[in-house]
Amino acid sequence: MCLAVPMEVKSIVGDEAEVEVGGVKNKVRLDIIDERPEVGDFVIVHAGFAIRRLDREEALETLKLFEKGLNIELT
Amino acid sequence: MNLLNQFKDAKLCKQVLAELTAELKAPFRFMEVCGTHTVAIFQSGLRSLFPENLIHVSGPGCPVCVTHEKEVALFFELAKKDVILATFGDLMRVPGPDKKSLKDLQAEGAKIKVVYSPFDALTLARENPLAKVVFIGVGFETTAPTIAATLKIAKKEKVKNFFVLCLHKLVPPALRALVVDPQLKVEGFLLPGHVSAIIGVKPYLFLAKEYSIPAVIGGFEPLDILQALYLLVKMKNEGKAEIINSYKRVVKTEGNVKAQEVLAEVFQPCAALWRGIGEIPESGLQLREKYADFDAFQVFDLQFPEVPPLKGCKCGEVLKGLIRPDECPLFKKVCTPQHPVGPCMVSTEGSCAAYYKYSL
Ligand code: SF4
Repeated sequence: MCLAVPMEVKSIVGDEAEVEVGGVKNKVRLDIIDERPEVGDFVIVHAGFAIRRLDREEALETLKLFEKGLNIELT
Repeated sequence: MNLLNQFKDAKLCKQVLAELTAELKAPFRFMEVCGTHTVAIFQSGLRSLFPENLIHVSGPGCPVCVTHEKEVALFFELAKKDVILATFGDLMRVPGPDKKSLKDLQAEGAKIKVVYSPFDALTLARENPLAKVVFIGVGFETTAPTIAATLKIAKKEKVKNFFVLCLHKLVPPALRALVVDPQLKVEGFLLPGHVSAIIGVKPYLFLAKEYSIPAVIGGFEPLDILQALYLLVKMKNEGKAEIINSYKRVVKTEGNVKAQEVLAEVFQPCAALWRGIGEIPESGLQLREKYADFDAFQVFDLQFPEVPPLKGCKCGEVLKGLIRPDECPLFKKVCTPQHPVGPCMVSTEGSCAAYYKYSL
């Protein structure tokens, strides 16, 4: 039940967004999301509420890290 | 969407796994405290690929499993009253007193409705103005704000027949209760990504500062998990204990401040009961005075019943990471997902269920 999944925002009306993942559409509430998403954004959805907007730039950064080989320096 | 699928990329996974294996110079025992991590580690096949000296322990990360037997008995009492009980589906099969489940009570005629969201429970109350609808509020920091937001709407719309039985649990106080236990031999924590999306990094800092235990906030795709484990092992090798956020695409350092505000407006911390662990101070949430009209505890005058722990079930030890599910004498013999003895076998996120489904 703690499952939370990224879903793509298809449309927004007031405090509700229509989201889709793998062809399945759902309505989610936007009451507790800190950055209002735009159509085309991915949001993490839990129990019918969007809890976070997914940061595309950060996702790309992380992937770049993997491709270069982890070798992350600890600070 | 391909950007997210890349976090499952088999070639990259192999490469990161090799780096992790190379970094692993001695046995390393890590604990995850999130049901979604438990399932992800098994389902992705990672568990069978882990090098032998990487030891995976599941902690109290499944909200259904950590719900105390007294709390379970309490919502069974509520189900017998003249109410509509609304609940997440996961609670339906949890064994209660007399070994019955909510599903059994439902078959016997109790009004119990499974909802996907607390908001749907509020809709149920609006649609049935003559009935009293009580939502069973379980879950960690990810779930609690969704209930807080729902209650704010209920208050604004002056809905008079919607109530919540608040049994929420908070992760950091439970981690503190675990690490002070000398029996726990965990060298690092894989921290729950979506709980952290709400609370941010700060609530975990005590692990590193006071107990010198490294911890990494990780996502749920195979690459996320491998990266987090790599960082844990690396910290151990370098003698460092820090809290690292390796799920930056979702978790901001400060967390989701808006959700935190909604949560704080509706709830305040209180002591809570955890199955197998007992009472942990400041590890639960209760409704604030201005939400008293929605508080099922007050409105229905509820008290925790005295109930014995489930006979023979070792969920408590499993939840503290002291034994593996297959070390419970009932595992697979008496206790199966079809006939679960304890909640850890009921919930799909429970460790016993994950072991049953994916092990050997
Ligand atoms: S195997 Fe069954 S009885 Fe044993 S700890 Fe798990 S849920 Fe409880």
